[in-house]
Amino acid sequence: MIEGARWRRWVFFNLPLALFVIGLLFPFYWMMVTTVRPDAELYRPWMAPNYTPFWTLNPTLDHIRYLLDETLFNRWMLNTFFISVLATVISLFCGLLAGYALSRLKFPFAGSLGTGIFITYLVPQTLLFIPLADIIRNFRLGDTPWALVLTYPTFLIPFCTWLLMGYFKAIPRELEECARIDGATRWQAMVYIVFPVAVPGILSAGIFAFTLSWNEFIYALVFLSSPEQKTVSVGITSELVRGDVFYWGSLMAGALLGSVPVALIYSFFVEYYVAGITGSVKG
Amino acid sequence: MAVDYVAAAKPYVAAPRRGPVTRVLENERWFAFFLLLPTAVLLGLFIAYPFVKGVLLAVTDAKVGVPGNFVGLQNFAVLMNDSIFRIAVWNTILYTAVTTVFKLALGLWLALLLNRHFRAKALTRAFILLPFIIPTVLSTFAWKWMFDPTFSVINWTLFHLGIIRTRINWLGDPQLALISVMIVNVWRGVPFYAISLLAGLQTISPELAEAAAIDGARPWQRFRYITWPLLLPVTMVVVLFSVIQTFADFQLVYILTGGGPANATQLFATYAYQIGVGTGLLGEGAAISLAMFPVLLVVVVVQLLYIRRVETL
Repeated sequence: MIEGARWRRWVFFNLPLALFVIGLLFPFYWMMVTTVRPDAELYRPWMAPNYTPFWTLNPTLDHIRYLLDETLFNRWMLNTFFISVLATVISLFCGLLAGYALSRLKFPFAGSLGTGIFITYLVPQTLLFIPLADIIRNFRLGDTPWALVLTYPTFLIPFCTWLLMGYFKAIPRELEECARIDGATRWQAMVYIVFPVAVPGILSAGIFAFTLSWNEFIYALVFLSSPEQKTVSVGITSELVRGDVFYWGSLMAGALLGSVPVALIYSFFVEYYVAGITGSVKG
Repeated sequence: MAVDYVAAAKPYVAAPRRGPVTRVLENERWFAFFLLLPTAVLLGLFIAYPFVKGVLLAVTDAKVGVPGNFVGLQNFAVLMNDSIFRIAVWNTILYTAVTTVFKLALGLWLALLLNRHFRAKALTRAFILLPFIIPTVLSTFAWKWMFDPTFSVINWTLFHLGIIRTRINWLGDPQLALISVMIVNVWRGVPFYAISLLAGLQTISPELAEAAAIDGARPWQRFRYITWPLLLPVTMVVVLFSVIQTFADFQLVYILTGGGPANATQLFATYAYQIGVGTGLLGEGAAISLAMFPVLLVVVVVQLLYIRRVETL
C-alpha cells in the first residue's frame, strides 16, 4: 500500500497502471476501429482536418464481407484449428508419458534425458527451419497440414513435459503405492491414479500448447505454399498483402477474427494459463 | 479350535495371470523406455536430425533442388566478409540487449503495481496478458498500420500533443526502423515479464518488508535489499528465456519491415530466411541460422547451471 496523501496514490499507482493498460490494449482497439471503418475514412491522411482517429460515424461490414467472401479465410481458420488441436493432443500425450517417466521412474540416463528435453525446450524454430524444410520435402509432407502437425510438437512436447513434471512431483507417491498394493499395474496406477490428480496441469499445458500452435509462423510460412493449405497468420500475410498493396480494412478484420478463438479459450481458462506461464519459468 | 480355523481357511488363490505386455511394462526400465519412446521419436526426427542435417548443409553449396558439394567452411568465410551479415549480427545484439532491458524494467514496474490490492485486479491482469497471447503476426499488423507514415494515429497523437511538427516515418527511416521494431517487441514482451515476476513477488512474504519498514527502511531500500534479492532467481530464468526468444526473433521484423529499409532491421533469422528461402541458397542460409547457435548455447548453459544451483540450494 502507498502511505500518505491521496495524490501520491494517483501519481505512483493509478496513473502508471492506467498508462500501462491503455498502452497494452490500444493496438487491439485500433484493430477493431479499423475493421469497421469505411475505406474513404481509412485512407484519409492524419494531417487532414477531418481525420477522426478514435471512432467512426459510418461503421461498415464491407471489410469483413470481403474477407469472408473473397478470400479463403474460413478455410485458413479450419486449417489452423485442425493443426493446433492435433498438435496439442499429440504433445499432451507425449508430454504426459515422458513427464511421468522422468519425474517418477528410476532408469539409466534419466538425468541426462531430462536435461536433453530441457535443451530442446530452448531451441528456437528459426535455428532449424531450413534443414527441416528439406526433411519435410523428403518425407513428402510439404504443403500438407501434417508437416505442421508433426513439427509443432517439437517445441510443444518439451514445454508440456517440463510443466507436467512439476505437477507430478507434487503428487504424493503414497497415492500410487496404495493402488499398486491393491493389484494395479504400473500403467493402471499411472493412468487411473496419477493423471486424474494432474488434470489442472494437463489443462494448463493444453491451453498453452494450443495458443502456441495458433501463434506459430515461420514453419507454416516455409512448409506450406498453396493458398488453401495455409494457416490464418500465413494466409493473411500472403493473400491480403499483394506486392505493395495492403488491404488494411480486411487485414485488420482478419487479425481480429483470427484472434477470436485464442482469446475465447484464454478468457475461459485465464487462471490455468497464468499457472502455465509461472510453471514454465519456475525451473 | 485352532484346527477348525486352519481347515476353514480358503486355499491360496493366485493373482490373475497377466499378459506378456503387462509383464514387460511391470519392469521399471522397460516401462520408462516405452513411456519415453514417442517423445524420443518425434524429437529425434524433427530436432536432432534437422540439427545434424543443418550442420551438413552449412558445409555445402546446396541450393533448392541441387544437392551441392562439400565446400568446407567456405559459407562461414563468405559470411565473415558479408557486410549485410555483419549488420544483422550487430542488429540482433542491439535488438536483444535494448528490448531485454526495457522489458525487464517495465515488466518489473507493472508487476509491482499489480502486486497491490485494488478493485478489478483479476480483470486487469487478464487484459494485460492479451498482447502476449494474441498471435504475434496478427497484432503486429495492427502496429504496422499504426506506424503507417501517412495514416499513422501515433503521428496524429504526437502532433496534437505538440511533441512533433512534421510526420515521422517510423518504418521507412533507416535510423528509426529498428527502434520501431523494438517498441513492438517490448510491447509484446512486457506482459510475460510482468505476470512471471508477479508470481515471483507473490511468494515473498510481506512480513519481511513490514519488518524492514519498522526498522526504518525507505520504500526504495525495501525494494533494493529485500524484494530484489528474493526475486532474482525468477528474474534470471525469465530473462534467459526471453533472451533466447528475442535473439531468434523472426515474425515481428518479417511483418513490419521484412529486414529493410536497406537491411537496417535485418536479424539473424530474417537474413537466414532471405538467403535460404528467398534466394534458395540452402547451404548459406543454414550457415546463417547455425551462426546463432554459439550464443544460444551459452545462454542455455547458463540457464542449466543456474537451475541446478537453485535446486541444490
